[in-house]
Amino acid sequence: MVKDVVILGGGTGGTLTANRLRKQFKNSELSITVVDQDRDHVYQPGLLFVPFGLAHAEDLVRPRDRQLKKGIDFVESDIDRVDVEARLVVLDGGHELPYDVLVIATGARLVPDETEGLTGSGWMEKVFTFYDLPGATGLAEALRDFEGGRIVVNVVDLPIKCPVAPLEFCFLADWYFHERGIRDRVQLTLVTPLDAAFTKPRAASLLGGMLEEKGIELVTEFNTGEVDGRGGTLVGFDEREVPFDLAVVVPVHSGAEYVGRSAGLGDALDFVVTDPHTLQSKVAPEVFAIGDAANLPASKAGSVSHFEGEVLVENITRFLRGEPLDASFDGHANCFIETGFDKALLIDFNYEQEPVEGHYPGPVGLPLLKESRLNHLGKLMFQWFYWHSLLPGRDIPGVTADMPRAGKHID
Amino acid sequence: MTTATIAGSQVELNDEGFFEDPDQWNEGMVPELAANEDIHELDDKHWQVIRFMRQEYFANGTGPTVRALGKTSGVSVKELYQLFPKGPAKIAARIAGIPKPKGCI
Repeated sequence: MVKDVVILGGGTGGTLTANRLRKQFKNSELSITVVDQDRDHVYQPGLLFVPFGLAHAEDLVRPRDRQLKKGIDFVESDIDRVDVEARLVVLDGGHELPYDVLVIATGARLVPDETEGLTGSGWMEKVFTFYDLPGATGLAEALRDFEGGRIVVNVVDLPIKCPVAPLEFCFLADWYFHERGIRDRVQLTLVTPLDAAFTKPRAASLLGGMLEEKGIELVTEFNTGEVDGRGGTLVGFDEREVPFDLAVVVPVHSGAEYVGRSAGLGDALDFVVTDPHTLQSKVAPEVFAIGDAANLPASKAGSVSHFEGEVLVENITRFLRGEPLDASFDGHANCFIETGFDKALLIDFNYEQEPVEGHYPGPVGLPLLKESRLNHLGKLMFQWFYWHSLLPGRDIPGVTADMPRAGKHID
Repeated sequence: MTTATIAGSQVELNDEGFFEDPDQWNEGMVPELAANEDIHELDDKHWQVIRFMRQEYFANGTGPTVRALGKTSGVSVKELYQLFPKGPAKIAARIAGIPKPKGCI
């Protein structure tokens, strides 16, 4: 009998899961339906480059359904809720999709309205985010017109997608104003709720040193209570104030709204409560989650979805056969960190192992936690791999789901 | 890791002052733990947050972040900062005898 798999979300995790499943199962064994609220698949790592004129909106967007293999149905619709008991998805307008297996891959959503004043006066004029296309595009214009003054880059609260992106933005802004010959007229400040430049100690110390070298001020343990666009001030809950002429704010993130409307599915922030090693949700055995939508203690990053995909498809297969699940996902994440002037760092880590020095994927490979031109080229090349290898569900040679230990300088 | 004496009992703390073993904690330790964080008067709201932190920790394996606390504890984020000015999640976790909330990466 044909089993029905419904995948909510046609982004990185949803697309690669659908394609991997389609390769694994015949049409007569499994029907696969992907639901998304729109048709635009955005290459999100590219958003970072848009404000600096290094990428353009139209280069980053492709149709979602075109990334799906033949034999996968695509439905464009908002989702009202999941009825976990009845095992069906209720779409806006009441249409119902029953499932044998449900995969939640609807990612994280920006919630700028949760911060007082953020979307008030000055929003999209002197207060921007580069975490979506309209914001990144608007910011490109604002940076082009910027002749000097104080720019703050502010992370309101974690978790956020791509936690290294705010740092990369600072490094690229430093480079950008150097190129324009006005770096001495621009003050750059990173304002973060963390107690250091990054969450993991060794990377935090290296990245903190790089900020200092580049003359970028770091304000830590700042919890943004209000963004006053008109007055040009970030106000902390502890009443500290940071003035700005231009603010680049990463708003707080939540899971998809329908998760909150589906009893038992999400946590306080609407992320799906998920087993960190099997990717099975805690709400029901036939519900799984991948990528930013899950509440795992892993980075919200495309590389994590990529590595999860292999384990997820294995576990859906085992679940359908009534076999015990494979608890092998290790939290593997891998991120290029653009540092400006055509260089980048690479970090590779998992739940247990923080980023360290060495090489990836083995003793011979890209340098880890060290600036190099090779890593910058790697970052640029990755866009090709994303569309042509990662989304179709092909394995990338040398790149495994488990974090490699060989090549790393582990104490 | 260090060993400290709180309200007459020996407890193990990590380098950042969080309990290694939440079971070594009891409510009698709270006034002294709070005083170590410069909180000298504890009202009902403090206790509400401290008890909520422990409940969440034992249910989920980690204490909540400030934002989650604001959504679920019945105390708003603004108030949380008035109660624990140096960082509600971190300070309340230390006083509640649970590990540092994982937040995210």
